[in-house]
Amino acid sequence: MTEERRTIVRVVGVTKRFTMGKVEVRALKGVDLEIFAGEYISIMGPSGSGKSTLFNMIGGLDKPTEGKVFIDEVDISQLDAYELAWLRNRKIGYIFQTFNLIPVMSALENVTLPMTFAGMNADDAQDKGIELLKLVGLGERFQHKPLELSGGQQQRVAVARSLANDPAIVLADEPTGNLDLTTGEEIIELLRMLSQDRGVTIISATHDYKMLNVSDRVVWVRDGVVDRIERREELKITVGGIGGKDNGRAEATVHGGERG
Amino acid sequence: MEDASAYRFENMESKPTTSHRDSASARTGPGGSVMDKPQGRIDRLITLSFAKSVEISFKSLRVRFFRSMITVSSLVLAVSFLAFVLVNLDVASGLLAHGGRDAATVLSAAGYDVDGSGGGVSMAAKERWIVFLSLLVCTVGIINAQLMSVTERFSEIGVMKCLGALDSMILRLFLLEAAMQGLAGSLAGAVLGSLFSLLTGAVRFGLAAWVHVSWLGVLGSVGLATLAGCLLSLLGVLYPALVAARMEPINAIRAEH
Repeated sequence: MTEERRTIVRVVGVTKRFTMGKVEVRALKGVDLEIFAGEYISIMGPSGSGKSTLFNMIGGLDKPTEGKVFIDEVDISQLDAYELAWLRNRKIGYIFQTFNLIPVMSALENVTLPMTFAGMNADDAQDKGIELLKLVGLGERFQHKPLELSGGQQQRVAVARSLANDPAIVLADEPTGNLDLTTGEEIIELLRMLSQDRGVTIISATHDYKMLNVSDRVVWVRDGVVDRIERREELKITVGGIGGKDNGRAEATVHGGERG
Repeated sequence: MEDASAYRFENMESKPTTSHRDSASARTGPGGSVMDKPQGRIDRLITLSFAKSVEISFKSLRVRFFRSMITVSSLVLAVSFLAFVLVNLDVASGLLAHGGRDAATVLSAAGYDVDGSGGGVSMAAKERWIVFLSLLVCTVGIINAQLMSVTERFSEIGVMKCLGALDSMILRLFLLEAAMQGLAGSLAGAVLGSLFSLLTGAVRFGLAAWVHVSWLGVLGSVGLATLAGCLLSLLGVLYPALVAARMEPINAIRAEH
């Protein structure tokens, strides 16, 4: 299914070292990864596994110590500040665990801000912003400030904002981490819909097992290396074991997926 | 390297051809590297118009009104002191020009440095120092308040950068905010200080102070104090704004956790 698809993200031999005080920490120890356009990828792993570091590299938020990250066949370490800004503005949409909406702006202004940066005129941006908010199911709440919205609604605004300039990639960092079970499921469903209907590549770093059901592939990261990569078809067999080891919530979700 | 230049090419190329390029042809861009997205209207590089910058910074000032008031209050006080001293001098020179010898003795008694030969009044050395110190303290206060404001808005700045804001945009937003704060604060301070000075002048020297004062001079003093206040406000925000602008988005977002 993915074989004929275009590669959108290629990670080649990436290592990352941090110095924390006098101690050198090797967060990534040589990661190779290829992500195809239109895929829904989950990067899973325990805290401290290097999952977030890898994720930030893919998003162009952090630079590797060694190795290269290509986005759309462009080596992002070669880009200057303007081109990086352009990349973040047009090619990548970000969704964060803590929503990170700008608190002083209304939902609509939050969504239109990237379009403003992209030089879109105000009226077009307004129309598109409302259209995107309708898409995520917040059509009538566009005048609200983030603090007047619930967590799930804020994350919906963040999803709409990430789509502002029709990015090729949406990066979601623990998108359900601060949400309760049902709201989290709604956000996951929304992301799945986006990847199917709009062909957006979705890459999410998570340890939410609800994500497994919708992911095309799951990348397991452990101790700074890619432990294994599983396709969804292969997943259901292995996941039973993991769900059993883990909390009951994960198990329930996975079993539900099997029945459905 | 080759890839990067192809990317640059895509960047540059999209700029001048906006008008005669519809979204259909945009999809089949050079080297197939253009994304399959409607590019019709969104074609220029990263921009933020001046009007929009003003709008954003004005809004964030309005939302944080109370906070901005605190930042501005030290400026208001320092500038009003400056204006007070300057207008006092205006009042004194007015009296001296009109009253001659008698006025000179009265003013000397009131603590002014009267230059007997030239007929001018100047600030006492001590007064000059106090004004200087108050402005210095005010600048340090502004730096402090603005640094706090930057820290408070770490994640906001980080998010803006993730959405594609350039360093220069962040810098501009902070400078604009400081300029607005500076203008409003020092104008209020200057008016306040000069009114107070005129009042005390009238109390000490009678209505003659108002009759003989050069109103143009008073206006000049208000203007000078306002200008000084604006400059101090901008000076105070420079370092915090640079800190904000240079911040890596990753640090900005991490800061919240």
